Amino acid sequence: MNATTTDFWATPGGWVLLTVGQVLAVTIWVLLSLAFLLLADRKIWAGVQMRKGPNVVGPFGLLQSFADFIKFVLKEVVIPAGADKAVFLLAPLISFVLAFGAWAVIPLAPGWVVADINVGILYLFAISSLGVYGIIMGGWASNSKYPFLGSLRSAAQMVSYEVSIGFVIITVILLAGSMNLGTIVEKQAGGFWNWNVLGGGGGLPGLVGALVMIPMTVIFFISALAETNRPPFDLPEAESELVAGYQVEYSSTPYLLFMIGEYSNIVLMCAMITVLFFGGWHAPFPTDFTSAWSPTAASFFHFMWFFGKVIFFFFMFAMVKAIVPRYRYDQLMRLGWKVFLPASLVAVCVMAGWLVYGRGPIG
Amino acid sequence: MNAFLLEYLPIVIFLGIAAALGIAFILAAVVLAPTAPDPEKLSSYECGFNAFDDARMKFDVRFYLVSILFIIFDLEVAFLFPWAVSLMKLPAEQAQFAFWSMMSFLGVLTVGFIYEWKKGALEWE
Repeated sequence: MNATTTDFWATPGGWVLLTVGQVLAVTIWVLLSLAFLLLADRKIWAGVQMRKGPNVVGPFGLLQSFADFIKFVLKEVVIPAGADKAVFLLAPLISFVLAFGAWAVIPLAPGWVVADINVGILYLFAISSLGVYGIIMGGWASNSKYPFLGSLRSAAQMVSYEVSIGFVIITVILLAGSMNLGTIVEKQAGGFWNWNVLGGGGGLPGLVGALVMIPMTVIFFISALAETNRPPFDLPEAESELVAGYQVEYSSTPYLLFMIGEYSNIVLMCAMITVLFFGGWHAPFPTDFTSAWSPTAASFFHFMWFFGKVIFFFFMFAMVKAIVPRYRYDQLMRLGWKVFLPASLVAVCVMAGWLVYGRGPIG
Repeated sequence: MNAFLLEYLPIVIFLGIAAALGIAFILAAVVLAPTAPDPEKLSSYECGFNAFDDARMKFDVRFYLVSILFIIFDLEVAFLFPWAVSLMKLPAEQAQFAFWSMMSFLGVLTVGFIYEWKKGALEWE
């Protein structure tokens, strides 16, 4: 790279161009991954039920999602006569924009992050809280009974599990001492025994932290299922009682935006589990040998680890959908408020007490 | 503009591009898809019946309770964030003080939580 090009990327215009390029790269990567993960979701579900799943469009049905996309675009946009038109169309847009905006702070590989802000976790937490608005607005604007009830249920369910997710995140911040996602990943370097799920390192005495962190990881995973309205917590769209919840009146691309937003949130949750508990882009063994490689090759190597872990957790999400029966609403609320909330609250106290009186700071 | 705010500019660009993409999707369907509205198609869905009262009806007060509880606990989490970041950066003496101050704060909130549990605010039948 010669001097003039370096100067160009340092100018405001070049910087904006570079950022737009990065954003487009992440957006296209997420959209393409979603297309195939959606198919994988359906294939896994079908496989568990001894069906074949989508297998007509392209080899093994690989192009199914793209065919679905074309079909969505060619369908009529039906806006009910009683609906509040502006809010009706704004709701899916909000869901979509928030689901994608959250990807800005996820570190994909060393240095591969669009916005390296020092309160990354707080930003994710804020964005996922705002996600409720898309659903509430969609249910309200439809002016129909099923969407209204579905959106109420959905909002109550999401805020309930938001609380326990918050407490679980606090335990991770206690371990890492930072809210920057890159720093949190960096602290888990060196092998799987340093991952936050096993107490975040510190040798053999550090493993005591695993007693708290393994249950916290499980709570985070189950809360993530509830937060994204996935089975067994898909009560908002319990098709036997509420038909499709807040999405009943939606058709064509407004519905597509809701669906992409939902799946983007699911993959985002998988990415958050990876980053917070399973070492982000670190391999489960020491990778000092990559220092001899070119930076691009090393980044790509780490990116593949990140992507692989995300796909693994998506597989877990899909398996849960296939094998676990749906919860009843009172059971769902009891689990959130009476089990997860006290458990994660106690975990925060135990973790802080152990760090202050037991382990002490490391590194 | 200072460097601190510049860190957030990529997020704004990201949200802008996502919004543009979403609007493009909606516009694509509006332009490409046929439109043939009729009164039956535009009526709200109610399993084949005509809707027989307003959809914006009364609903269970528990949904309000849940949202109020959510605000309390979410604020509590918001207080915990800066505490959790700085706890292990303090010298041992001060870390212990910080630990016990937060424990007393959480203790007060736990008393409130036990009260609402006993009052049945968390019961759904």
